[in-house]
Formats: sequence, structure tokens, C-alpha cells
Amino acid sequence: MKKSQIFTRGLIKENVVLVLMIGLCPALAVSGTVRDAFGMGLAATFVLFFSNIIISIMRKAIPNEVRIPIFILIISTFVTIIDYFMQAFQPSLYRALGVFVPLIVVNCMILGRAEAYASKNSVINSAFDGLGVGLGFTLALTVMGAIREILGNGTFLGMAILGQGFKNAPVIFMILPPGAFLVIGVMKALINKYVKKETQ
Amino acid sequence: MKNPALIFLGAFLVNNIVLMRFLGLCPFFGVSNAVETATGMGMAVIFVMTIASWITWIVYHGILLPFDLVFLRTAVFILTIASLVQLVEMFLKKSYRTLYNALGIYLPLITTNCAILGVTFLAIDNKFNFLNSTIFSIGTGLGFMVVMITFAAIRERLDLAPINPSIKGYPISFIAAGLMALAFLGFSGLFGLT
Repeated sequence: MKKSQIFTRGLIKENVVLVLMIGLCPALAVSGTVRDAFGMGLAATFVLFFSNIIISIMRKAIPNEVRIPIFILIISTFVTIIDYFMQAFQPSLYRALGVFVPLIVVNCMILGRAEAYASKNSVINSAFDGLGVGLGFTLALTVMGAIREILGNGTFLGMAILGQGFKNAPVIFMILPPGAFLVIGVMKALINKYVKKETQ
Repeated sequence: MKNPALIFLGAFLVNNIVLMRFLGLCPFFGVSNAVETATGMGMAVIFVMTIASWITWIVYHGILLPFDLVFLRTAVFILTIASLVQLVEMFLKKSYRTLYNALGIYLPLITTNCAILGVTFLAIDNKFNFLNSTIFSIGTGLGFMVVMITFAAIRERLDLAPINPSIKGYPISFIAAGLMALAFLGFSGLFGLT
């Protein structure tokens, strides 16, 4: 398979959040604003990219019986790095994401790619796979964050775009927890309809 | 917030782990097809969550803090919980066969359940003492189980409902969960809890 195919497969065709329905917890929890969603996506991409590379390099040295604990240790190393990095350089984003930064370690997406792809494929392919899947996650989160922030607050990245009248009386429901469930439900329904049309 | 009753209510209803904090969504959507499996999963979560909060509290306050190793928190907690689940599984298999038969298949799934790890982190971040941390995790686990069983009952009906094929399955489940979350939003502000 070509490198570009590996990349786009994770980005769109097998998008973790919207197609495979993996990694839902952070996707729903931090998609209240575009900034939080994008920051969370990049943090997870960083962890996935580097854990895929390291696991792929070590794939012949890791004994099969204890592979899962070793994967988790490698992943948690990178989670700790990004945790402390954000705490130091992006403190307001870090406070907004809260407990979800250390919880990247139990995101099924990352362990899933380690188990299903990086432990069986070459380093370069694993790097492209990690980047594709991670950016697909970022894309899904950012789209959700944009919908929720525009409807729920009338802003995009903090800039008012729907006018003052909307800003005074926005659909607050959308930035509260129920809005997250509704947005992803409607998005999934549209994807089902669209993908079905394509295959017919 | 030091009153144990308020901590319990806050964890159980106001900040419900699934609908308000969005933790543990994988089992929430994955094993909520039938009320019976939802009950089993809920009980397994309460059980493991309570024991995990004890162990991680002891590890954090007994080892990580005194030796200034707080940066190892993520790695140590996830490995502690993973090995704890294995131990609990072996112990139940040997000693409490009926409990094992009821919870057995759900235990391995719990290792990568973000709800368990999330609760241990939240208990540390809120600076709870040992007793409050136990109450917090029991309340959270109960909240998980109640929402799980209610949602499973709704889904059993949704399976039979005549709905458009594009929203069958995940989309309608998400929308139903959204309506439940809306109902739980009504609890915010209860006894001044936010």
C-alpha cells in the first residue's frame, strides 16, 4: 500500500471517531470549543505518532506474552511528556482539558493502532499510519468543536461570527454535555446516509 | 466540599460520570444491548472502581508523594489498575465462583476503561482523604450503573422501534443519550452542587 493511501485511510476512510466509533470519551468531552478540540486532537496525535514509531522499532524485541503492558508503558511515557509540556506552555488549555490529558493513555485508539498496526509493520508505514489516524481524530474533534461553538456561543475560535443578536441569545444547549451527544448522533446519521448512497 | 453526603450525591447525580463527565463511554455504548449485561458491567465497575481508588490512594500518598515521583503518576496508575484487575479476576475465580460467573467476562474489559483511571485522577486532583475518596468512587460507580441500566432498557425498546435505517444503531443511541443527559442537567445546582 502506498504511503499516501495509509495516510488518507486513517484520516477519512477509517476515521476513528466518526466511522469506527473509537475514542469517544475525549471526542465528546472536550469538543465544546474549537480551541479545546484542536488542542486535544494535536496532543493525541503527538502521542500516537511517537508511540507508533517506538513500538514499530521495538516490535521484534517485544515478547508476545507481555506486549500489552509494554505498549501501555511506552504510550504513558509520551502522555507524561505532553502532559508536562502543556502544563508549562499552554496552562489555560491544560486547565480546560483537565483530566482528559492524562487519560489519553487509555484512549483505545492509541493502544488499538499499536496492537493492530505498529507491532506488525515497518517504521515508516507506522509513522504515516499514526499521523493519519491522529489527524483524522483531530479533524473529527475540530468539526464537532466548530459546530458546537458556533451554535452554542456564536463564535469561532473566540471571534464573534454570527452577529451580536445571536451572541446575546445563543443555543446554550449545544456547549453543554447533551449537545455533544446530539451533534455526534446527527453527524453519524448523515455519514450513514451519505456512505450508503455511495455504495448503492 | 468536605461533607461525605454531598460528595456522594455530586458523584452519583450532579456530575454523573457518563452523561456529564463523558468517561466510560465505550462500555456505555458497547455493552448496553440488554439490561442483564448492563447490570453485570455496572457491578463489575463499582467493584473495581472502589478497590482501585483504595490502591491508587495508598500508592500515591505512600510512595509517589514522599519520594517526589508524581511525574510517574500516569504510568504507575494504569499499570496498578491493570495488574489489580488480573489479581481480582484470579482471586474471584478461586474463592467466589458465583461472583466470578456473574462478573467474569466484564473484568478484562475494565482495564482500559477510562472511567476507572479517570476516577482515581479526579480523587487525587480534588485532594480527597481516604474515606472521601472511597465514597466518591462508590457514588461514581453507582451513577454509572444506574445510567447504564436505564440506557439499556431504552435501547431494548429502540431495537424494535420502526425508525429510518440511517439513524438506526449508533445515531439514535447518541440522541437518546443526549436526551438522558438533558434530564440529568436538571440535577445541577442540587444542594448547591455544580
